[in-house]
Formats: sequence, structure tokens, C-alpha cells
Amino acid sequence: MTLNVSQIRSQFPILQRETANGVPLVYLDSTATSQKPLAVIEAMNDFYRRSNANIHRGVHTLAEEATALYEEARKKIAKFVNAPDARQVIFTRNTTESINLVAYTWARANLKEGDLAILTEMEHHSNLVPWHILQAERGIRLEFIPVKDDFTLDLETYRSLLDQGPKLVSFTHMSNVLGTINPVDEMIRLAHDVGAVTVIDGAQSVPHFSVDVQALDVDFLAFSAHKMCGPTGIGALYGKTSLLEKMPPFLGGGDMIKEVKLRSFRANTIPAKFEAGTPAIAEAVGFGAAADYLLSVGMDAIAIHEHQITEYALDRLEEIPGVKLFGPTADKKGGVAAFSLDGVHPHDVAQILDRDGVAVRAGHHCAQPLHEKFGLPATSRASFYLYNTKGEVDKLVDGIYKVKKYFA
Amino acid sequence: MDDLYREIIIEHYKNPSYRGHLDPHDIQFADNNPLCGDHIEITLQVSEDGKVSDARFDGHGCAISQASADLLIESIIGKPLDEVKALKKDHILELLGIDLGPVRLKCALLSLKVLKAGVYGLGEASDELVE
Repeated sequence: MTLNVSQIRSQFPILQRETANGVPLVYLDSTATSQKPLAVIEAMNDFYRRSNANIHRGVHTLAEEATALYEEARKKIAKFVNAPDARQVIFTRNTTESINLVAYTWARANLKEGDLAILTEMEHHSNLVPWHILQAERGIRLEFIPVKDDFTLDLETYRSLLDQGPKLVSFTHMSNVLGTINPVDEMIRLAHDVGAVTVIDGAQSVPHFSVDVQALDVDFLAFSAHKMCGPTGIGALYGKTSLLEKMPPFLGGGDMIKEVKLRSFRANTIPAKFEAGTPAIAEAVGFGAAADYLLSVGMDAIAIHEHQITEYALDRLEEIPGVKLFGPTADKKGGVAAFSLDGVHPHDVAQILDRDGVAVRAGHHCAQPLHEKFGLPATSRASFYLYNTKGEVDKLVDGIYKVKKYFA
Repeated sequence: MDDLYREIIIEHYKNPSYRGHLDPHDIQFADNNPLCGDHIEITLQVSEDGKVSDARFDGHGCAISQASADLLIESIIGKPLDEVKALKKDHILELLGIDLGPVRLKCALLSLKVLKAGVYGLGEASDELVE
């Protein structure tokens, strides 16, 4: 299965543009946010042009249409991750809010002082700070699965931490810096063996390869639309029904209630219980369109394509004297290449690459503890998606040689 | 290569004149740019008549942040502390002689923010100090 990349590229209007210097855009920053195909842009445009109304409770034509479109989008997202029931998909703002939802509802109802939660050293800040907050508030204990020198997780230590009887294990499916794809099947199974609830940060995995919540048996999965060709402002939390039904509500307001009295309320059923207020309706429609789009291209084909590009990129980057790659070998990682260049700060690398239209990210990528562990304040990061080509990797490599010349 | 990487910036980045740490010092302060992890520490010695008698910066970061720091230190040695307190964004932009977008501006201004937080004895280098 090979992707028709030139056809795919023609479906993304932004990839046709030039950057400020009149050179074609080489977009290598999809790990931060992906670009959007016409199918998504038009679905949202159509919604505003034809069907815009607030959802639920309205009985007029537009309200009916908007409600149907919103709930249809939920079904599409459920299908995308193979959730048994669309009611198990809660729309949130993004992965960050999805993880916070678990921290504010499930965790506050279930964790008490001294209870152990296991995280990893490779987490994005969004899977660290909600737990730091809970630690300060509740006195829960946090332990971290170390990252080994080969940039994979130390599963030996994980096993010994599990002996301490954690209540929660929350970890990333794929590191947004290292690209490491963690052995989530095994990690979830081991966590369940000791009765812990599992949360997966799927921000980087769900967009790039097939993630099946039933096969994984995961308790919660958090992900964002904007990293999978969808709009910003919407994400999802998948949860097991038995857990979601017992959880207290998240934010209070309209839609999340069954009944409100002056001094009390009764919470709605799932998923409405967790969706207070008017949600991002057009964005939900766009999210659904993005899921359809990716399925039409084929997640397996996307994963193979990204793997080929990543392998090629790692080989070419490795050739450059002074470049140090930061992540495991291609067989253990997704489409991310984080690197440092001797004597040049990543910001300067990114800025000079930008002159040639090459967009990469520079900084700690919201994973400051991970950078500290490897003694780096920041890295440059190129990341790849279905629309990237080997020719673009070549432009990146040419650009890095230019940077070197400049700082020589 | 255009203005952003003028030779003066690369030169001050690669061969800074004022990188170091003064001990003893009268004023010391350090802070980070949370955006990119750039770190700057500034140490000052102040003479009895209230002038900066010597100063150094230390830290790590991009060419813009480190060159700005070196140029800034150079520009304040011998100046009355009161004058240093009044320095704003324009001072750095004049030293660099380039226009910067909002992201790189943060890199350029880090040293001035750290310096001002130090001379005012504040706990944090905030944007308001240089606006």
C-alpha cells in the first residue's frame, strides 16, 4: 500500500502556498498541529452556511440538523477508535482538557491521600501538571517510569512500581519529542493485573496509526482533533461506560443536567454529563470529517508512509556532522525527529530553516522534564504526516547544512 | 543571510565579551524564557556613587538572546543604576539594529527583563518591566 502523496497534497490548500520569502512551504511541524484538507474546511464551512443552530432542545429545522450533525460526528469519532458505543466519546477542547477531565472527576472521586499514580518521564506537560495539581490538593503520590538511554521506557522499573499497588497509570502512547511508541498493550495489561485504572494520552498516536480502544482494553483515551487533520478547539475523551457513569460531572451548566432546582441539580447521562454549555459544534463536524478523511486514505497506509519518511529522515540527519538525534531507532518510533546541532541553539536552527520555507519546531516541546533528563534545554523537531515527502526531508537537510555554514 | 543574523549578532554570540559571573557582586538575578528554555543570569557590581562598575551575564540560549545579553552588559557598564532602571525594549532593538517578530522579541528581551528584575529586587522577570 503506497500513498498517492501528490494527490493528497493537492487536497490541502495551505500546502500550495509560499512562505514570506517566496519559497514553497515545507511543513514539518505536524506534531504541533496538522494541516487541514479541503474536506474538513468545507464541512465546517457548510455547517455555518447551511445548518448553524444551537444543538439539543431546539425543535426547528436548523436545530434538528445541527444536533444530528453533532451526534453524527460523535459516531464518526467512536468508529475511528473502535469505541463500542458513541456515548463513550466525550467532546472536550483538546487532549489537555480530556486528561484534566479525568483528573478533576474520576481522580477526585477515587484517589485519596497517599494513593499512587504512575506516570512516565516522557510525558507532555498536559499529562504531568493535572497530576501535580492533584498531588498538591490531595497528597497523592506520583512515581515515574524512567526513560532508558535507548529512549524507551524502563519496564523493569514499571513492574516494580506496580507492586506498590497504584490506583492509576497514565502515560503517552507516543512521545511528542522522542517519537517513542510505547508498548501500551502490555503496559495496560500489567496495570489491570494490579487493579489500576489506565489513561492513555493519544494525542500523537490516534492521528498516525490505528488505535483500537477495545483491543487495548484501555480505560480512558485522550486525543485532539487538530493533530489529525481536524480543527483546533475540539478533542475527545473515550472512557469505559462503567467508569464514566460513576464519575461526577466536570463543569456545571446547561446540557449537563437532567433537572435543575434552585438549590440542586440532577446530572444528565453520559456523554452530556460532561459537556456543559454550548459545545464547539462546527468543530465537531470538522472533527468527524477529519476522521472520515483519514479512514478514506487508510490509517495503515498513513503509518507505512510515515515510517518510510522517518527512516529516510533519520538516515539523512545522522549523516550530518554535529547533528545528534534524540529518540529511538526508526522501528520503535513514529514520525518525529528531534535533534540538536552542535554550537547552534534550536531557535536559530528553526529560524534559518524558515528562510527556506522549512517549518520545524524549536524548544522543549512541552516536555521540559524530559529535556532536563538528557541535559538539553531545547531541541529542534521535524515531524512528518501523510502529506510529507522525501524531497521535503532533503530540503530540511540542505537547510541544516546552511545553518552550519552560517555558524561555522 | 539577512538582517536577523547580522554579523554583529553572530560575533557577540560566538565570542561574547561579558560572559561570566562576578563574585562578589551587589546584584544577582536569573530567570528563564519559558518558551524555549533560554536562561540568563546577570551579576552586577555597583560603585558607591550608584554606577554599574562591572557586570557579567551567563546562561544559554539562541544567538539573539545571548548576543542581546552581551550587548546589553556592554551598554550598562559605567551607567548610573537609575538610568539602567529606565531602560526599555527600544534600547535592545537599537543595540541589535534589527526588527523582530513577537516570538524572537522574547528572546531578545530576556536579558533586559532579568537585569531590571535584579536592579528592582523583584522575584520574577516579567514583560511589564520592558514594555
